[in-house]
Amino acid sequence: MKTITEQKPLEEVMQPLEKCERVYLIGCGTCATLLHTGGKSEVLEMKDKLEEAGKKVTGWMVIPTACDELTREALRENAKDIEAADAVLVMTCAFGVQTVTLYIDKPVYPALNTLFIGKEESPGCFTEVCMQCGNCVLVQTAGICPLVRCPKSLLNGPCGGSEGGKCEISPDTDCAWQKIYDRLEALGQLDKLEEIQPLRDWSTTYGGGPRKIIIS
Amino acid sequence: MKAGTNLEKVLESGMFAVTAEAGPPKGTGAAVIQRKGELLRYCCDAINVTDNQTAIVRMSSLASCVLLKQGGVDPVLQIVCRDRNRLAIQSDVLGAAAVGIGNILCLSGDHQKFGNHPNTKNVFDIDSIHLIQTLKMMRDEKKFLCGEDISGEVPLFIGAAANPYADPFEFRVVRLAKKVKAGADFIQTQAVYDMDKFAKWMEMITDRGLEKQVHILAGVIPIKSAGMARYMRDYVPGVSVPDEVVTRMEEAKNPKEEGARIVIDIIEQLKEIPGVHGIHIMAVGWEDIVPEIVEKAGLLPRPVL
Ligand code: SF4
Ligand code: SF4
Repeated sequence: MKTITEQKPLEEVMQPLEKCERVYLIGCGTCATLLHTGGKSEVLEMKDKLEEAGKKVTGWMVIPTACDELTREALRENAKDIEAADAVLVMTCAFGVQTVTLYIDKPVYPALNTLFIGKEESPGCFTEVCMQCGNCVLVQTAGICPLVRCPKSLLNGPCGGSEGGKCEISPDTDCAWQKIYDRLEALGQLDKLEEIQPLRDWSTTYGGGPRKIIIS
Repeated sequence: MKAGTNLEKVLESGMFAVTAEAGPPKGTGAAVIQRKGELLRYCCDAINVTDNQTAIVRMSSLASCVLLKQGGVDPVLQIVCRDRNRLAIQSDVLGAAAVGIGNILCLSGDHQKFGNHPNTKNVFDIDSIHLIQTLKMMRDEKKFLCGEDISGEVPLFIGAAANPYADPFEFRVVRLAKKVKAGADFIQTQAVYDMDKFAKWMEMITDRGLEKQVHILAGVIPIKSAGMARYMRDYVPGVSVPDEVVTRMEEAKNPKEEGARIVIDIIEQLKEIPGVHGIHIMAVGWEDIVPEIVEKAGLLPRPVL
């Protein structure tokens, strides 16, 4: 499981830095390194681009796991260079960006778009299989998530757009419900599809403010 | 009678029903929808108004249905789950009931990706089967989904869609059964061209006895040109146009006449299939052809009940 990121277009990265002369750069040694979006080499590339654009890079580091609590220590150790900058540009997922934001009073800007929590299906191919809905329905759906894998998040699929195993939105997208059907058939559980799945309680998912849990 | 709409009366009397679809304008012209109502009212028992079909913004289905109703037409309000959550849907249903719109067709809705606002956020709070359940609960129990009471009656004749041509084929009848179980009173199918497959699907339906629990209206789409036939075959999700139909359109000297003839042939065959209770003509953008099709298919005059 990895947080999947992509680099924002350079123009968008530069936009908030317009009035900054000095920038400090942060990458991440975990997901962003694996995705080639915010590892050491991408951080150094960004350093060159910033310098080309006439900025001074006061320093840079690649935090082993930017979303981790240890980020605080790393920021403290590099406080002098960070202090010298007008803004911090963070090349990590949004978890990392928000961790850095917690401990720094300067403007912190993201250089990446955080796309989804992904699973590496085959080398270099990441897909979304769960959107952390807080109310898992995999029991009814043979272990295949209809919420993320069906573009309509249908609970009683497949819809009338399913054709030849593909979803109506694109011939490159498998119909999640065809997959569910096939697996239920193989398991001898097709009768599950005769039942109407009830309306969903979305309050566990989003729209209710940040979800939080305290483990004692 | 559940809603006492004209469509319900025709179907309940056992007559072969005819409905058609009217696409609302991409604008504010009430006359556009009124004219379609005027054109279709003598050859159809009810007229469907699409709800932002193919995710393209048009005049609201509810407002269009009000306009049709004022013109003496029995409207079928289409509701898709793509654009509204359960609050908005239930509120629209109350409004529909208040102005005497009794037929509502429950749809999932085409994905917004192919519409004119591909950057929008879809809703899909509930799906089409939930929507049927919602309407049934509002009508039969006079309750909202949350369990609170509704004041006043909610007389509804509940419709749903079915696509015999989608995959997996064996599941299509199961899905229909689920819709019937959820509370559907009538079904409109996706356009029929491949008659063998449709007949097979109907056989599976009659095997389960579903045609006794729900009225099935077979959908038909008249094709205007060879280009449209190819487009529908290749690009319209859920529609299956066999190559023979495309060839017939390509070779036709007068494609419009041929398109109408193909549909009339299909209707003649549909009339013979046990369990088919009527047809639903989806001639969006070519509504003018509907009276001719209905007449030539021997379905005029329409009953006055
Ligand atoms: S239903 Fe889907 S999104 Fe929700 S927890 Fe299960 S896998 Fe994740
Ligand atoms: S075709 Fe399948 S995956 Fe696509 S929207 Fe329909 S049920 Fe969902």
